[in-house]
Amino acid sequence: MAVGMLTAILSGFVLAILAPGLNRMVRGGAGWLLALLPLGLAISFASHAPLIASGNVFSESNPWVPALGVDLSFRLDGLSMLLSLLITGVGALILVYAGGYLAGHPQLGRLYAFLLMFMGSMLGLVLADNILLLFVFWELTSISSYLLIGFDHERAAARSAALQALLVTAGGGLALMAGLLLLGQAGGSLELSTLLLQADYLHSHPLYLPSLVLILIGAFTKSAQFPFHFWLPSAMEAPTPVSAYLHSATMVKAGIYLLARLSPALGGTDAWFLSVTTVGGVTMLLGAWLALTQSDLKRILAYSTVSALGTLTLLLGLGGTLAVQAAMAFLVGHALYKGALFLVAGTLDHQTGSRDVDRLSGLFRAMPITALAAGIAALSMAGIAPLFGFLSKELSYEAALRAPAAAWITAAAVTANILLAAAAFIVGIRPFVGKAVPTPKPAREAPPSLWLGSVVLASLGAVMGLWPALGTDGLLSAAGTAVLGETVSIHLSLWHGLTLALALSAVTLIGGVIVYVSRGLLRRLASRWESLGQFGPARWYELVLLGLNGLAGGQTRLLQSGYLRYYLMIVLVATVGLAGATLATRGHLVKPTDWSGLHFYDVGLVVLILMATMGTVLARTRLAAIAALGVVGYSVALVFVLFGAPDVAMTQFLIETLTVILFVLVFYHLPETPALSSSLARGRDAVIAATVGVLMTAFVLIATVVQYQPPISEYFAEHGLPDAHGRNLVNVILVDFRGLDTLGEITVLAAAGIGVYALLKLRVGKQRGTASAARRSELAGGVDDASLPIANPMRKEGDVP
Amino acid sequence: MNSLILKVATRFMLPLLLLFSIFLLLRGHNQPGGGFSGGLVGASAFVLYSFAFGAPETRQALGVDPRGLIGAGLLVALGSGLLAFFVGQPFMTGVWGQLDVPGLGELHLGTPLVFDAGVYLVVIGVTLSIILPLVEE
Repeated sequence: MAVGMLTAILSGFVLAILAPGLNRMVRGGAGWLLALLPLGLAISFASHAPLIASGNVFSESNPWVPALGVDLSFRLDGLSMLLSLLITGVGALILVYAGGYLAGHPQLGRLYAFLLMFMGSMLGLVLADNILLLFVFWELTSISSYLLIGFDHERAAARSAALQALLVTAGGGLALMAGLLLLGQAGGSLELSTLLLQADYLHSHPLYLPSLVLILIGAFTKSAQFPFHFWLPSAMEAPTPVSAYLHSATMVKAGIYLLARLSPALGGTDAWFLSVTTVGGVTMLLGAWLALTQSDLKRILAYSTVSALGTLTLLLGLGGTLAVQAAMAFLVGHALYKGALFLVAGTLDHQTGSRDVDRLSGLFRAMPITALAAGIAALSMAGIAPLFGFLSKELSYEAALRAPAAAWITAAAVTANILLAAAAFIVGIRPFVGKAVPTPKPAREAPPSLWLGSVVLASLGAVMGLWPALGTDGLLSAAGTAVLGETVSIHLSLWHGLTLALALSAVTLIGGVIVYVSRGLLRRLASRWESLGQFGPARWYELVLLGLNGLAGGQTRLLQSGYLRYYLMIVLVATVGLAGATLATRGHLVKPTDWSGLHFYDVGLVVLILMATMGTVLARTRLAAIAALGVVGYSVALVFVLFGAPDVAMTQFLIETLTVILFVLVFYHLPETPALSSSLARGRDAVIAATVGVLMTAFVLIATVVQYQPPISEYFAEHGLPDAHGRNLVNVILVDFRGLDTLGEITVLAAAGIGVYALLKLRVGKQRGTASAARRSELAGGVDDASLPIANPMRKEGDVP
Repeated sequence: MNSLILKVATRFMLPLLLLFSIFLLLRGHNQPGGGFSGGLVGASAFVLYSFAFGAPETRQALGVDPRGLIGAGLLVALGSGLLAFFVGQPFMTGVWGQLDVPGLGELHLGTPLVFDAGVYLVVIGVTLSIILPLVEE
């Protein structure tokens, strides 16, 4: 490609960083400006489409972690091309739409940033050839989806929906990672292009079944398949442009993409066929039924998306030329009409103040452009000729008719399509016809930014239906070739003759109209079954979350006493037990024999340390104990001075000084007279302290004579000056030889510092403390975790350790 | 604490201690010192100041929020490691250059010093983030 694929992906992330600033500079028009990048990318991709259509595949690779076999390798074939065009093309429209939809919103810049970050991640996902790279982008899309669903973060519903989506998809992501690694192990490569060529070998490999199950869990959670479908309707808490982009046109297709991508390697077995078609079929029917029971436009669309994803899964499960052709055509068709309808739903909400289908009517006169786009998209969704939706539905009927168990699958497909056709009429036609009713906001036609997207998408659906040869054939063929692993050519046409599929289409249409007319009856019927929802997967999710919180609470109560002295005791006793036992069984004590190097001041220092230690233990007041402890510290620093470690000594002096200051400051806030421990407790502590002391002494004595490996200090001494330009070895090790460790350490130091700061500033029991506790409990999905000790880190305030 | 001697002495000690801390930072590569001990001396200087004049004045003298120093230090340390990329070396490889200073002779300058400056800032930031709120209480 002229523009490297890596560059294309990274450009999304770079622009994401710049977007908020740009939004501040160009008030209002930033969406149009930002859309230029995805538009440019789309054009760049499209310019390569003819080459892809004629069977070419582009690939590029940059080393990343060569030692682990992980490369930044990308591959552009028909399937990636199809999705890349969707991602960038729809992305451009969404950025424009978002600018109009949230005009004047204080955090619009942030929304742009998240959307662009998502676009980059999604592009990476569909272009990646390395499976670990694919996984990284997979998780990045989950994270951007989390940020986008929770965009309106001040509403509890948005936060808990965001968390739900993240937990479900990232939980599936973990399974996916395990599955991909197993697959990589079985196939001996992390590159998809290599793995896809060894289907027969993989099918007979013992790791095939485990990796299949894990990968399917990943794909099903991401693409909202039953029983993981519940997060998608909840995700409608996101602003509408987000729902249209992520939760209809692109991100939820990631699971479908993965199934399609891996089907040459994993597909074609009974296990694949049974699990994928069953899950897909159930999801298709369930989603279509639930769509009809809703009255909120976005929720109707969300459930119908669930149903469409089920259809795609079903088709990929069936496999074979016809089903894959149908899947590819439906993938494109669905993105076009569903994206358009979502944008229409958002526009209606924005212009009238309501998304309730029962409160919207007769809007054609007020909003003719939106109405036209909605009508075309709805007819495409209902599968009416000559729109693209008709072509893809026709193909899927043909695939169903030739599938194993054709009667069942065809019946399920027709049922689902009837329900979806009715849903299409409800969303795309119902609000615009009939008598105009007053809406919360007086209805007016939307500004161009709010109708451009739906008009473009809807008309594309019409154009591609009327002239299927308009480039789509070639691209769909290339995509089908990528999915099947063998060359296919797809020729879409409106007229196939008087086939059974055409008859089924007619049945679907008539059925759809009947269901649409009797929708009131159906909704009443459904409301009677509503109580069944309590036992559905959404409830399982709640229960699992509740159980996890309970488990965390229980084990915290069990293990975390909150008393520093007990933690210390556990650590010390465990050390003495484990290390002491090893020493007693394997070690041999070394008696120091050579005392000649000893000076009188060494002895004096030891005596000083011992006396100060006694003073610390026996002190009656805290201040005295701290002062005595300080003497111990300074004396140890003197030991370092005597034995030629000025750096360590200096640091020890400084730390000792600051420690004393800290202790004094903290003790200032404690009660005047400390409650002294009982003599029994003191005796126990003395025993522990003494054993630790004995153990450490034994270690030091042994360490002077035991040498398992040649010491590394010689290497440092040799290379310090020539390679690292430094004579102070301690410092050279810290900032150069072991610089990465130091970077990690200062990061930990920073985190610890911020943690202490937060604890110091936390006022438990006052207003702020309770408010933050309530916020945490909402974050846990509405589960009340106030009983957790963690929720109250300062509950031992005033305790004397 | 209201002691004239302490206040007057501290006014002189603060700049001296800060100079000393920078001295420690700069000499660290060849002589005892370095970012960690330098940072501790720098933090001690401000702690002393807070004893003499109280926390609000110390914050004013510091000029920035100590939490900001933590972030800045981490960024400086990370950035010094990234510089190696510009000469095609792996992350955190030391990059050295020479500078001729009239009157002083040749100066060896490298990214490890920048890294150490990051450590210096983090140490000051963390220490003061913990101690200043305690002094305020």
